[in-house]
Amino acid sequence: MRAIGIILAGGNNRHMKELSNKRAIPAMPVAGSYRAIDFSLSNMMNSQIKKVAVVTQYNSRSLNQHLSSAKWWDFGRKQGGLYVFTPTITPENKDWYRGTADALFQNLDFLKDCHEPYVVIASGDGVYKLDYNKVLEYHIARKADITVVCREMPEGSDLSRFGLVKTDEGGRITEFEEKPVVTTSRLVSCGIYVIRRRQLIELLEQCGEEERFDFVRDVLIRYRNFKQIYAYRMEGYWSNVNSVEAYYQTNLDFLKPDVQNFFFREYPEIYSRVEDNPPAKYNHGAYVRDSLVSSGCILNGTVEHSVLFAKVFVGSGVVIRNSVILSDVYIGDNTVIENCIVESRSMIQAGSHYTGTPDHIKIVVESRDQER
Amino acid sequence: MIKKEMIAMLLAGGQGSRLGVLTANVAKPAVAFGGKYRIIDFPLSNCINSGIDTVGVLTQYQPLKLNTHIGIGIPWDLDRINGGVTILPPYEKSRDSEWYTGTANAIYQNLRFMEQYNPDYVLILSGDHILKMDYDVMLDYHKASGADVTIAAMPVSWDEARRFGILITDENRRIQDFEEKPENPRSNLASMGIYIFSWPVLKEALTTLADVRECDFGKHVIPYCHEKGRKLFAYEYSGYWKDVGTLSSYWQANMELIDLVPVFNLYEDYWKIYTRCDSLPPQYISTDARIERSIIGEGAEIYGSVYSSVVGTGVKIGKNSVVRDSILMKDVVIGEGCVIEKAIIAEETVVGNGVHLGVGGYAESALDRRVYCSDLVTIGEDSVIPDGVSVGRNTAIAGVTHPEDYPGGFLPSGGFIVKAGEER
Repeated sequence: MRAIGIILAGGNNRHMKELSNKRAIPAMPVAGSYRAIDFSLSNMMNSQIKKVAVVTQYNSRSLNQHLSSAKWWDFGRKQGGLYVFTPTITPENKDWYRGTADALFQNLDFLKDCHEPYVVIASGDGVYKLDYNKVLEYHIARKADITVVCREMPEGSDLSRFGLVKTDEGGRITEFEEKPVVTTSRLVSCGIYVIRRRQLIELLEQCGEEERFDFVRDVLIRYRNFKQIYAYRMEGYWSNVNSVEAYYQTNLDFLKPDVQNFFFREYPEIYSRVEDNPPAKYNHGAYVRDSLVSSGCILNGTVEHSVLFAKVFVGSGVVIRNSVILSDVYIGDNTVIENCIVESRSMIQAGSHYTGTPDHIKIVVESRDQER
Repeated sequence: MIKKEMIAMLLAGGQGSRLGVLTANVAKPAVAFGGKYRIIDFPLSNCINSGIDTVGVLTQYQPLKLNTHIGIGIPWDLDRINGGVTILPPYEKSRDSEWYTGTANAIYQNLRFMEQYNPDYVLILSGDHILKMDYDVMLDYHKASGADVTIAAMPVSWDEARRFGILITDENRRIQDFEEKPENPRSNLASMGIYIFSWPVLKEALTTLADVRECDFGKHVIPYCHEKGRKLFAYEYSGYWKDVGTLSSYWQANMELIDLVPVFNLYEDYWKIYTRCDSLPPQYISTDARIERSIIGEGAEIYGSVYSSVVGTGVKIGKNSVVRDSILMKDVVIGEGCVIEKAIIAEETVVGNGVHLGVGGYAESALDRRVYCSDLVTIGEDSVIPDGVSVGRNTAIAGVTHPEDYPGGFLPSGGFIVKAGEER
């Protein structure tokens, strides 16, 4: 593909509550075996993009660890490969990334040194499958300056977290509103953009000069009448794990056969870092129904309609329902967990009760690291 | 080339003919084990866990799966600039081109490989044992006892001793004598086929014995070293060790993994077993599924019931099917309404709907009594079993089978259908 990829993975927000204490959103574990960023990274790999930069900032240790080797996504190449850009202090610059556009601006040299004519920019918190080649074809056919990947959301969904878009019949974006109070459209921006590299450099230099830092506000919204900005409508599953509710729902969505088959069994594959865990073990008394179970789990109790990440130990007499249990959690005997997200490396004492409600998912953090 | 204190030579060329149709197209070290592993993962992981980063893997019989599995050694961190894993197949020479004719002959043909690293010690391993062993501790013992050759040995019951090579030692564990499969064993210390040689001793012995036909460590090299007055010591190992040489011992070793706390525990963090594994999704357990006393690999989809079984990665078990006391390797598909009992089903096999495996009683095998002598149903890789057939016990199936291969929809106990691979 004649494009380079950039994944914006710096973000964090208060909607993630305690879950973002440990990690940036793109490092959030998804669907038992993955991290949110694996979806964008795999899409880039599957679209034959050879060179990908991940821009990180907030609490990036967990993310950096996940990206410690590029081989899992086949980016361990002599030509191209995976780059991770964290903010650095230079004689010219003493700031953190002050926004998405600033993050790109501070890495302008990377953009300038490339020779590929196009850039695909994706946010690191989307869960989806997309062939960016199709977006690029659309971009070229429309002679667009910028193409924004958008998705029509079902009626009744909460759109307050999104950027909303309105287009004319030709698909050109006429209105773009960030997190509006009153919504008049159901077409949301997925935070995925295709743009000519030279065009991007030009726009970023302009932003840099004017001390503007946000890609959506200072490029997309500001230039929407001046530049040809088009919306590409994507089909298929898409979700954004940037709030507790969305994160929980996305994980449980993988129990639905259509979503599961789409991601797990249809071409192309989603890749992730491979952990060396033994197979899951079901002992006498294990009763698991309608659930996803990852490698290294040991099960002695009941698990229903839940997602278990790697190396979860479920004691006997335990009942887990409608919950997401992150990796390396120990759950003592006779514990009840319902409508919860249990943070990784938690140690749940025997006989505990944690119950949330479908409208209010409880986050359980019982870190065993503090005891040391 | 950087000097290595100890390098390992892993013998992985054997067929393992007593595993029947399971090794028709794959070398025994590449046979799947424990849901996601292959047998060779155990010695390879032991090497890296013991700090050995230079391993030669000697292949000969059906090496395709083995080569693909090992690749450049990434899963075991054996992709190194200096050392790492090297696959050593037999090769053509200007004179006397030959296959590997015996274990020691295979090592002899790779003297130059070993010389590159100028090692002090060479560890000889066999690629078909299930164990966790710290070879570094064995090396310490080798050094401390001032041995020229150290042989790993394990105490076995006196009954079993008749099946092994037995070492007779003095009180310092120095070897006085040995017996191959003795009628009346004088000791119960069995050789495990794991040796540490001081390099000059190994080189001298192999060079001297170069012309011995089918040169073997147990039969030729060790006796030769003993006669020459070399110091041979036995290193006593008391952990878990299993030679999965027969169908029933292979089945038994798999079944031991599902015990509540298995003797051979894969869940210990400090001695991990590594394997090549694709990036796979988690397993899905449906609303109708029931699983107890089993281990299940990644990416499996279970819609039926599984009891006391070892299920590999990517296996699919259809609705209303019951799998009991069985081993299903990678990517096996079981249709709906099947009953599978005491079966070993190799990779990528497809079993149709309404199939019954393991019906009736035991009958002597019509194919090979030496190989098939238990009540297991053994199905080779890439096989297909058509809808609605029943298969008796102590049977073997390999290849794509059709309803007409089962007269009256039935393969009686002791029977076989072998349509692919080498008849075994």
